[in-house]
Amino acid sequence: MTASTTTTPALETRGLTIRFGGHVAVNDVSCRFTPGTLTSIVGPNGAGKTTYFNLISGQLRASSGQVIVGGEDITGLAPSARTKRGLGRAFQLTNLFPQLTALENVRLAVQSRADAGWSLLKVWNTRRDLIEQAEAVLERVRLADKRHIAPKALSHGDQRKLEVALLIAMEPKVFMFDEPTAGMSVDEVPTILELINDIRQRGDATVLLVEHKMDVVRSLSDRIIVLHNGALVADGDPAEVIASPVVQEAYLGVEVARD
Amino acid sequence: MTSSPALPLPFDETRRRGGLLTGLLSSDLPRSRALSFILLAIFVLLAATPFLFSGSQPVGTAAKICVFIVLVASYDLLLGYSGIVSFAHTMFFGIGGYGIAIALERMGPTWSSAAIGLIAALALSAVLAIAIGLLSLRVRAIFFSMITLAVATAAAVLASQLSEITGGEDGLSFQLPPALRPAFRLFSEPVFGTMINGRLLAYYLVFVVSLLVFLALLRIVNSPFGRVLQAIRENEFRAEALGYRVVAYRTAASVISALAATIAGALMALWLRYNGPDTTLSFSIMIDILLMVVIGGMGTMYGAVIGAALFVLAQSYLQVLMGAGSAALAGIPLLPNLIHPDRWLLWLGALFIISVYAFPGGVVGRLRQGKS
Repeated sequence: MTASTTTTPALETRGLTIRFGGHVAVNDVSCRFTPGTLTSIVGPNGAGKTTYFNLISGQLRASSGQVIVGGEDITGLAPSARTKRGLGRAFQLTNLFPQLTALENVRLAVQSRADAGWSLLKVWNTRRDLIEQAEAVLERVRLADKRHIAPKALSHGDQRKLEVALLIAMEPKVFMFDEPTAGMSVDEVPTILELINDIRQRGDATVLLVEHKMDVVRSLSDRIIVLHNGALVADGDPAEVIASPVVQEAYLGVEVARD
Repeated sequence: MTSSPALPLPFDETRRRGGLLTGLLSSDLPRSRALSFILLAIFVLLAATPFLFSGSQPVGTAAKICVFIVLVASYDLLLGYSGIVSFAHTMFFGIGGYGIAIALERMGPTWSSAAIGLIAALALSAVLAIAIGLLSLRVRAIFFSMITLAVATAAAVLASQLSEITGGEDGLSFQLPPALRPAFRLFSEPVFGTMINGRLLAYYLVFVVSLLVFLALLRIVNSPFGRVLQAIRENEFRAEALGYRVVAYRTAASVISALAATIAGALMALWLRYNGPDTTLSFSIMIDILLMVVIGGMGTMYGAVIGAALFVLAQSYLQVLMGAGSAALAGIPLLPNLIHPDRWLLWLGALFIISVYAFPGGVVGRLRQGKS
């Protein structure tokens, strides 16, 4: 059940493995992610989904295996260098600059993408273009009217939106969402899902989504992969994967009779 | 859903206003009437000290304030803006002082030896700051602080042991280039009743260089680079994930801070015509710097101005003031003893504790808060 493809993958992992002592958190995961597709990564808690993300974006170093972005092996690079190569990540636990304004949070992401961080002798607000781009992103996530509020004073839902705004502002080739709707109130979820859908429909972005809500996964995904105990156990068309016995057992905890 | 217009704010920092002053201050205006007034008063007093006060003590105090403004501002770039706790700041201050002192003593009192001394000191400081940064900014903050402490202690021991070069505990006295000596006269007639001699030129050299370095630091903390430092201070992990190489930015901040401290050390030595462990290297200066940053307000360059001015003034005049008070209260039991000039450190400590309790954001934080 492998989604075969002829185009160069935007992102590929080859035999990606990490061990913590005797525990293998991610076990030999090989997978290719094609431009223009949204792949959901599902699995029970502790299956290694976030660890897999951390290996891809560089917060953790792999024990073995490779991470390849656009044909380049980036396994040995620091997170910042991976970001510069087009990997963008939104975090599961909101991870922002708590005391800076919402606008400044986004502006920092825009500034990074514009490679303007090493400018020491200009005053930051002379780069109006960066401020305007940041404002446009805030507009897109519907936070324009809260641009002068710091994240610590924003609601949880607005913090999640800002997290997505930072990702959009980086304009990555690969978007990685780690449970973007976690902890959100029911009426806020559609906004985030619309944003993700919007990203998928613009250009040929590659989207990776870790999500627990099965209805969300079913409606958004082009493809689903299943991690269980750190290993990739299923991969393919959403309806097919969700219906497969291995998912029913591994993900939904349903005991499937074996013969 | 249409976006509503941004909320009107009392102060919108993204709106750039024109003007020479805004440019000089890098758009980082004091944002408080009282603060503007105090800063202007300090600036005018420092600029006019030689013409306003007679005698050598006021000018000496003013020169020390200028030097410490640079030293404290450069430390605030580390502590307040980047969240780096370093104890090696006086080492760079000392390198600047020894650079000038050794060059002028060995190579004769000329401008070129001063330039060579300064350039050598800047180079040494840069190399050390890069080495400390790359070797240790990856580790946890507490270990970095410990490493800087060890390096600074080693430097102080080295300076006192290498007495052939540094003069050991006695330090080095040296002659200044002729234009900076007291006997030098720029004009034969006094200006505004003050003779323009070499001493006065030396003061203005200290004043102008300090002002320029301060404005440069103000520019750097308000540059895109300075914004990255603040982002790293807020959330290092996220800054790295956004694509900013945290180690490189931190190391750069350390180097800039070290270079500014080196210039401050050079100015201190030029002003005193002497450099020794007690004037630039001692650990008590490190503690003074920390106090000045905290009193003025961490993470604001203007805090350095206020912290340095307050602290140096207290250091220089608290004893005099207490002496006068003690004499005035003579005859009353206990009180004259309590404010005897010998207790000045006790009172300085009390002032410090009170100011930290009363203004947790420093004087600048308090003034800016009071405004809105």
